[in-house]
Amino acid sequence: MTATAPSRPASDPAAESAPRPAPPAGRGRGRAGRQLHGGRLTYAVLILFTAGSLFPLVWTAVAASRTNTRLAETPPPFWFGGNLARNLEIAWSDANMGTALLNTTVVAGTIAAGTVLFSTIAGFAFAKLRFRFKNALLLLTIGTMMVPPQLSVVPLYMTIAELRWTDQLQAVILPTLVSAFGVFFMRQYLLQALPSELVEAARMDGASSLRIIWHVVFPAARPAMAVLGMLTFVQAWNDFFWPVIALTQNGNPTVQVALTGLGRGYIPDQSVIMAGALLGTLPLLIAFVLFGKQIVGGIMQGAVKG
Amino acid sequence: MTALTAARAPAEERRRVRRSRRYRRDLRWSPYAFVAPFFLFFTAFGLFPLLYTGWASLHRVELTDPTHMEWAGLHNYSRLWEDDFFWNALRNTFTIGVISTVPQLLMALGLAHLLNYRLRGSMFFRVAILTPYATSVAAATLVFVLLFGRDYGMVNWALGLAGFDGIDWQNGTWASQFAVSTIVIWRWTGYNALIYLAAMQAVPSDLYESAALDGASRWQQFRHVTVPSLRPTILFTVVVSTIGATQLFGEPLLFNGAAGATGGADHQYQTLGLYLYEQGWVNLHLGRASAIAWTMFLLLLLIAAVHWLIARRLRKSR
Repeated sequence: MTATAPSRPASDPAAESAPRPAPPAGRGRGRAGRQLHGGRLTYAVLILFTAGSLFPLVWTAVAASRTNTRLAETPPPFWFGGNLARNLEIAWSDANMGTALLNTTVVAGTIAAGTVLFSTIAGFAFAKLRFRFKNALLLLTIGTMMVPPQLSVVPLYMTIAELRWTDQLQAVILPTLVSAFGVFFMRQYLLQALPSELVEAARMDGASSLRIIWHVVFPAARPAMAVLGMLTFVQAWNDFFWPVIALTQNGNPTVQVALTGLGRGYIPDQSVIMAGALLGTLPLLIAFVLFGKQIVGGIMQGAVKG
Repeated sequence: MTALTAARAPAEERRRVRRSRRYRRDLRWSPYAFVAPFFLFFTAFGLFPLLYTGWASLHRVELTDPTHMEWAGLHNYSRLWEDDFFWNALRNTFTIGVISTVPQLLMALGLAHLLNYRLRGSMFFRVAILTPYATSVAAATLVFVLLFGRDYGMVNWALGLAGFDGIDWQNGTWASQFAVSTIVIWRWTGYNALIYLAAMQAVPSDLYESAALDGASRWQQFRHVTVPSLRPTILFTVVVSTIGATQLFGEPLLFNGAAGATGGADHQYQTLGLYLYEQGWVNLHLGRASAIAWTMFLLLLLIAAVHWLIARRLRKSR
């Protein structure tokens, strides 16, 4: 009898296109989805996956608290040793970690802020305003989401070499300051989260477009802006390919570039390398402990809507 | 008094005209102003480099003097065609892509299914499986290099406990590709699982109820209700992971610190992204690097076309 199930008109027709809209609020989470209780096996498998997810991170800290010689012994250490402070200190001074962390914070913060701002206003224009070439421009935006960063690296490198921007932070900030994904994401969100009547009403009252952006669009878009900001920040913090090319390890690195220096064996001490990796990951891990719930909620919301 | 009102009237009139003209101008031009910053940056740092790379791929350009370009026609491309290392990198990108993407998405689907049950501590599980996503390529690779170490690595130690010989994870072709894929799988499984979970929670529960009434087991419900409803989401993640796999770079670059851009002593895990980097920034041939970049672009277009065709056929078959 199972064959009957898929032949039914499965779910709503909106599910046809990849970015599907969220279910109407009225249907509610309580009814949607399956609500069977998980059995023992479910917990066992989930605990296994959780352990697999967390173990490399915990072990980074374990290895960072040991000595290099202890890491070259069998069996490998499983618990913390007393060398953490020393290794952190060496990683900090030898890999330029202080500068790197500060740089990464500036870079990721600026990119996140820029992406959110520009994506929101462009997304609003695409979702709610009328203008010529709108569909063509939107299609262009979506089409370029597939272009790999490798494709632009050569001319970008020539440009920053010409401008003498090598080792300067704007070389990594400017090329990633906007994102086609961000524009598309905000458009999808605003299409349904911002009633057109609201925009019209504000216009009737004589509000200028800028005022509408400030008083109507930003408040309506706030949840999606938070999601996009988070995603962009994590991505920018971890970005690797372009920073490795545009910045040097001993000049003005971001955390990822500094870690490359450690990994390439300028400092062969594995425990120091792990201390560096820990330093580079710790800020985001702390954010996960503090805001994990919101981040997960944001990604899931973004997944349905974006 | 009358003189004053008479003077005020045209002033007011003028102001009103000015305001309505400003209003019309605002209505007409502000949409362009709102999309302008995006397209300005996008053109400067996305579109222009894309086209310029194509132009540079037809030239001889060296990193030491990037403004000096010598016309070479399709020479860079014909060289790639005869280049064994290029085909090797293409093959590696494909195999690593398959062995990292397929298990990753399957596991994510299963994981999402489990997370969709009513669970105690469900938020803890969700956050925990997402944490690898917050770890950078560099940090993750460095840890896995240690875990996969030949002599003292934990993986070989565990294999030894189970009675197997240790494996040289950095030098064996399959072993090293498996190890590189493990890093990708570790970082992205949880993220994809959450995306699937979100889509699962939007599946109306009456579908499950009627399937249960028809006597479908849990597995049959998963196969015949969950998976079909998730089809668009699955396609979306397949496309995104394919793009990611084509661009794989950081993991193979850092997997053997000493080897750098060669991707292992025998180039056994050198990907296209890494080969591009080696040609451009180690061998200093920017022209050839550009040709590799455009070849990657054409491959992606091809893959996108195939995905699109599959998606269309799936839609029709429903």
